[in-house]
Amino acid sequence: MSAKQEERSIVVPGDLIYEGRIRTGDNTYRDRENVYATKVGLVNYSKDRVSVIALEGGYVPLVGDLVVGTVTDLELGQWLVDIDGPTDAILTVSEATDKPFRTSLDMTQILDVGDLVVAKIFDLDRNRTPLLSILGRELGRVNEGFVIKITPSKIPRLIGKKGSMINMILKETRCNVTIGQNGRILINGRSRGDEELVERVIRMVEDEAHTSGLTNRIQEYLKSIKEEKR
Amino acid sequence: MSKQRKKKSAKTWERIDGRKQDELRPIHIESGVLPNADGSAYIEMGRNKIMAGVYGPREMHPKRLSKPNLGVLRCRYHMAPFSVDPRRSPAPSRRDTEISMVMRDSLEPALFLERYPRSVIDVFVEIIQADGGTRCASINAAAVALADAGIPMKDLVSACAAGKYEGKLILDLGDYEDKKGESDMPVAYMPKFEQVTLLQMEGIMSREETEECIKMAVEGCKKIYEIQKEALKKKYAVVREEAGQGAAEAPEFEPKPEPEPELEPEEAEEPTMEDEPKEDEEQ
Repeated sequence: MSAKQEERSIVVPGDLIYEGRIRTGDNTYRDRENVYATKVGLVNYSKDRVSVIALEGGYVPLVGDLVVGTVTDLELGQWLVDIDGPTDAILTVSEATDKPFRTSLDMTQILDVGDLVVAKIFDLDRNRTPLLSILGRELGRVNEGFVIKITPSKIPRLIGKKGSMINMILKETRCNVTIGQNGRILINGRSRGDEELVERVIRMVEDEAHTSGLTNRIQEYLKSIKEEKR
Repeated sequence: MSKQRKKKSAKTWERIDGRKQDELRPIHIESGVLPNADGSAYIEMGRNKIMAGVYGPREMHPKRLSKPNLGVLRCRYHMAPFSVDPRRSPAPSRRDTEISMVMRDSLEPALFLERYPRSVIDVFVEIIQADGGTRCASINAAAVALADAGIPMKDLVSACAAGKYEGKLILDLGDYEDKKGESDMPVAYMPKFEQVTLLQMEGIMSREETEECIKMAVEGCKKIYEIQKEALKKKYAVVREEAGQGAAEAPEFEPKPEPEPELEPEEAEEPTMEDEPKEDEEQ
């Protein structure tokens, strides 16, 4: 019954992180009485469980996630959307428009192949294929802005505790940012310079996600740039 | 060349590059070298230079090759035309196909493929310079690249060859020893579980020698395992140092109550999406 690593130390797959009975959290697995890490990340020991906060990782779709995807194919009554997940996601006509589906409906009027779309995962079907919906505020086809990609495992860090990190970035840069849980981020600012600044800051967060005091450091950085402009 | 070696062997037996019998070639591994891949690694094992890139888990094309209950690991081993002398054809040979299969089989036990049904994980390995033992070096690089891609793994896989040359058992054969030696035995190993995931053998050895050879190769794998772990951690150590200098009040990495990685995005997402931008517009 003992912790085998220091709190917040970096572990790699196969590292022994706990000996004894305990609940296993994210990115860990149990082999007999031992708990091992399955990903590169930081160990997190809490009262009743042990987990690893992943530093690298692909996107695993979950119900309720907001994602930014690209329409890759158009089928009868549905679109296929690439959301950088293990499989493509499906968006049906009934989740894209209030109108009933008829064969006379021109689906390309709503979404066409190559379109960028902000959507919500409202369900996973029995094959665990994500089902998308664009009925809702701020959802649907994207007409302006540009998209950057970061490692999906670092999205929680970019949002911060109760949105502390992203709210600070939004306040300081006055840009409109849509964070897809799949690692695609849509930035829409007043000028190209603003958008580039946001991208630079997001890259900083991505690179230094595993360090502490990051929100304050980013805020200072943004303020120093503001002062330079004046 | 051969005359020189004979003179040496008359005094004391020595390996062609002066190594001890159970000594590895110098190894250098770097992770995260390809920005476009989900995960990548570069390995130098002696004079071998190998690059590995990992993509996925992603949608599989062609779709008929995907499995309904399991993810698929697809490996591609390829030698660059300039990796050997004389130049070889860039078309995949029978040998390339075999090593691709061997790599897949040795890496698969470390992965949780059941978590990614109908998807594929692609591993591409490119031999830039070859000097014997490329299949082992490729497995080492691929394991690091898989971990770098954030694909859940039970353990890293390390690989190392052992064999017989001039009647002596040796570890980590170089190109010359591989070609001129009596026997060669590549072994891949998962150190945490003490499981051998690949065992091939070429040439002739007695039963005792074979057993001794496996033991030697496993010891070599354990040494490589430490180097692999170091390579994965090194990527973050550098950034951590830089960040530590930037923030004077937090030079050591300690869990601070306020800015912690939070793993509940759903909760945090709402204000960023809807409330905040709206406020800005009003202003």
